[in-house]
Amino acid sequence: MDDLLQEFVTETNESLDVVDVELVRFEQEPNNKKILDNIFRLVHTIKGTCGFLSLPRLEALAHAAETLMGKFRDGAPATGEAVTLILATIDRIKEILDALESKQHEPEGSDSDLISELERIVKQIAQPLSAPPPAQSQTIGTLTPQVLERPLRPGEVSLDELERAFRETEVDPSVAAVLTKPSKPAPRESAPARETGNNAPPKDEEAKSGSSQSIRVTVDTLEQLMTMVSELVLTRNQLLEIVRRHEDSEFKGPLQRLSNVTAELQEGVMKTRMQPIGNAWQKLPRIVRDLANELGKEIDLEMHGAETELDRQVLDLIKDPLTHMVRNSADHGLESPADRRAAGKPARGRIRLSAYHEGGQIVIEISDDGRGLNTSRIKSKAIAQGLVSADEAEKLSEAQIHKFIFAPGFSTATQITNVSGRGVGMDVVRNNIDQIGGTIDVKSVAGMGASFTIKIPLTLAIVSALIVEAAGDRFAIPQLSVKELVRARGNSENRIERIKNTAVLRLRDKLLPLARLTKVLGLEPADAGEKDDGFIVVVQVGTQTFGIVVDGVFHTEEIVVKPMSSKLRNISVFSGNTILGDGSVIMIIDPNGIAQSIGSTVSTQVAAANEAETDTKRETDRMTSLLVFRAGSAQAKAVPLGLITRLEEIDARKIELSNGRHMVQYRNHLMPLIRMSDDVRVKGEGAQPLLVFSDGARSIALVVDEIVDIVEERLDIQVASENSGIIGSAVIRGQATEIIDVGHFLPAAFEDWFRQKDRSDAAKAKSVLLIDDSPFFRDMLTPVLQAAGYEVTSLGAAKDALAVLKAGRRFDVVITDIDMPEMDGFQFAEAVRSESSLKLVPIIALSSIVSPEALERGQQVGFHDYVAKFDRQGLIAALKEQADVGQAA
Amino acid sequence: MTNDEHLSEYITAMVGGQMFGLPILSVQDVFVPDRLTRVPLSQPEIAGVLNLRGRIVTVIDMRSRLGLEGKAPDGQVMAIGVESRGESYGLLIDSVGEVLKLDDRARETSPINLDPRLARVCAGIHRLEGQLLVVLDVDRILDLGPASMAA
Repeated sequence: MDDLLQEFVTETNESLDVVDVELVRFEQEPNNKKILDNIFRLVHTIKGTCGFLSLPRLEALAHAAETLMGKFRDGAPATGEAVTLILATIDRIKEILDALESKQHEPEGSDSDLISELERIVKQIAQPLSAPPPAQSQTIGTLTPQVLERPLRPGEVSLDELERAFRETEVDPSVAAVLTKPSKPAPRESAPARETGNNAPPKDEEAKSGSSQSIRVTVDTLEQLMTMVSELVLTRNQLLEIVRRHEDSEFKGPLQRLSNVTAELQEGVMKTRMQPIGNAWQKLPRIVRDLANELGKEIDLEMHGAETELDRQVLDLIKDPLTHMVRNSADHGLESPADRRAAGKPARGRIRLSAYHEGGQIVIEISDDGRGLNTSRIKSKAIAQGLVSADEAEKLSEAQIHKFIFAPGFSTATQITNVSGRGVGMDVVRNNIDQIGGTIDVKSVAGMGASFTIKIPLTLAIVSALIVEAAGDRFAIPQLSVKELVRARGNSENRIERIKNTAVLRLRDKLLPLARLTKVLGLEPADAGEKDDGFIVVVQVGTQTFGIVVDGVFHTEEIVVKPMSSKLRNISVFSGNTILGDGSVIMIIDPNGIAQSIGSTVSTQVAAANEAETDTKRETDRMTSLLVFRAGSAQAKAVPLGLITRLEEIDARKIELSNGRHMVQYRNHLMPLIRMSDDVRVKGEGAQPLLVFSDGARSIALVVDEIVDIVEERLDIQVASENSGIIGSAVIRGQATEIIDVGHFLPAAFEDWFRQKDRSDAAKAKSVLLIDDSPFFRDMLTPVLQAAGYEVTSLGAAKDALAVLKAGRRFDVVITDIDMPEMDGFQFAEAVRSESSLKLVPIIALSSIVSPEALERGQQVGFHDYVAKFDRQGLIAALKEQADVGQAA
Repeated sequence: MTNDEHLSEYITAMVGGQMFGLPILSVQDVFVPDRLTRVPLSQPEIAGVLNLRGRIVTVIDMRSRLGLEGKAPDGQVMAIGVESRGESYGLLIDSVGEVLKLDDRARETSPINLDPRLARVCAGIHRLEGQLLVVLDVDRILDLGPASMAA
């Protein structure tokens, strides 16, 4: 295509985008002269250039629109009707431009419909002070594009001159207008243009924009530049390598400078690829305005973080999904003003868009304060489409149901409107986002609104990454997920411990699962001796924290993430690859993938969902880390890893027998050793493995024969046990495994173990809220209650529990500890009873001492039952009774 | 002159002592692979990735892809750059030979007893003086099968 024409099309398109936005603003602030001047100037420029390039259809349209705007400038009120008409005109101009771009000449057609409308309004609002422009529509009919192009083709003026003239057109409209005359097939039209165009203010404005500080560069040129810079970096590195071999080379100084300049150049070129997300939002105000008119709603569009930069490729890809979602919010999300008023909300609905960087991710949120998602409709639709069975659907939480909107072909709009609900919906949005490796999530509260969160990770964006080494290769770990770096040494506080073949790190009283990167990646040499030294990159994926053991840590580097080749995309531990400053390609580790490969299935999404909703179901579904061991018999036994403070192997000779009990000196205290049964033998020599449990300053150790493994399993106790000390049996790794009840053994060591504090448990036939300030006992009681068939939600503070209850969550039974900081069990019960809606919730208190005083106080505050802490049968019985009562009520 | 329309040009390459031909139109460039980064957990046919003028190129080891025995001779290896669906690939070969113009009509279908791994990517055979030239189909070489299924 003609360069000149090409440039015109690009430029005009951009001007029109601005006009769109400005017009909407103008409608809201009709008295803002500045906005109007700006619009006027832009439209005028378009018109002038069209005339110059012999594009009569465009010119006629621009002219008619300009005339109308001229009226506004003269003080006529800007009516909605007029603005809509101008917007429609702008749209038509865009259509013609599109055709112009592809066909290189103006498409055939008539715009007399719009033009006569425009003229009608001009007449309406104007006192007949300026005559309506001569009939353009006639011109259009007679002129064919071939005819139009002819004046340009013969080359009476050189292209250079033309271009120069063109440039000047932007700067000064009057020049354009003058130049226009001789070359124009319909010269009369320029007259009205000049009338208005010669007004002083717009001219000044134009002069300003003409000297603006940016130029247009094609994307290809940038890509080319990027490639060249990479080459330059490579060459520089080769030079550096050569100079390194010659000790005192005179090249050293200049080369260093070259090196620095190259680095800066690289950075600069990379920056050119970044664009503010506001570019993708530009069209939204117009869209929202049109929608609001069409749907008879009042909508405010708020935009925050428009300056957030992201890679232009990503920008292109999210543009359409964003538009679609905003449309959705306006159409489905927001209610009509009448409905809103009825619901006690302001008549004006609000759609809020925000974007920000979070670590290496870009987070985009689209929220509205509308009616929220229609859970029941989504549910029935999901069932109708066979996405879920009716039974299963009943068990799903609201948030889980909401996620069905992302399923292919899902659209809930019963009425197909002009705006949305045409069967293509969120599934398409999700597809687009998937393509760039992003995630999308939805949160919705009925009556309060819905909020969509899009997270675009690494891909294509520039992120900060930690460069690490494993088996001689370098890898990048996104800084976003890195919590801290730990140097593990054999004899330091942070040391790698091993449970069979599973390595763990004890970090600030927590056992952290470890994954050796070389092993995960299959790079372990055959003679892989497990080393205890190493760098541990502690990463967090959702709510899960684990350590990645690497051989070395280099530095942090800003990397441009490139998507993996389609042949390598199936490797889940990599999220992409990148070219480092020295020109080599390295893989980017996906912590999510690592988490999965070490046996956890807690994906970020699930974890996020867990955070968002204190969902009982999900909590019970959650995977539990279990330590599998043998003690006394060949049958495998297991205990939740979270309960164990430490794993020890002690020299059997250090075990002392005191008062008939086994003891060992441990960290300056005597620690009692407990045997699960008489079958368990305490070794006389060699290493004795122990599971150490601590609470505060007290520790006890359970004697075991052998530690087998650590596994991640859903703790699903299938057979309850009659044996004391065993909660029940569960299938772990295909083997029936006894889950031991730590709580049973603890009092064996310290009679007063449970007397220090009163602890409470809540169990419900359906659901139980358990409040206890000690995580140890929460972890311990949860499986006990689960074994008895309850769904358990445990909380660490009475205050939190109260908040949850007040927020409307209902439990069949509440079990509370009595002795807790801030608010104790008695106060908690009183607070619960004072809420009228909570009056009937049964509360069970657990205590190790059931004194008459405590019983009496308990009755006063409204405890339904009072159970001794380790009377398991009693607790279960009480729960059953109360839950039944609660349900009856 | 009339023969021209039946002529195809091939870049010849040696892999494990066998001569192969790649249609010249599908070849972007020929380069010496440098700083190849291996990709853990990838399929055995994938030798690694490298940076070629700012693009990340996936390098496929033709020896392994064609099911040929033995190791590459010591010293230099070469790579033939091809493109497919916007992605760049490098085919790792032992050495690159001359460009041949061959008559399509002389091309024979591959013998039925050809090694199945070879047969899958073979588009025909040319009998040259003293040796056979196996014509390769680039698209089929890049179709690594299991990976795309796993993806």
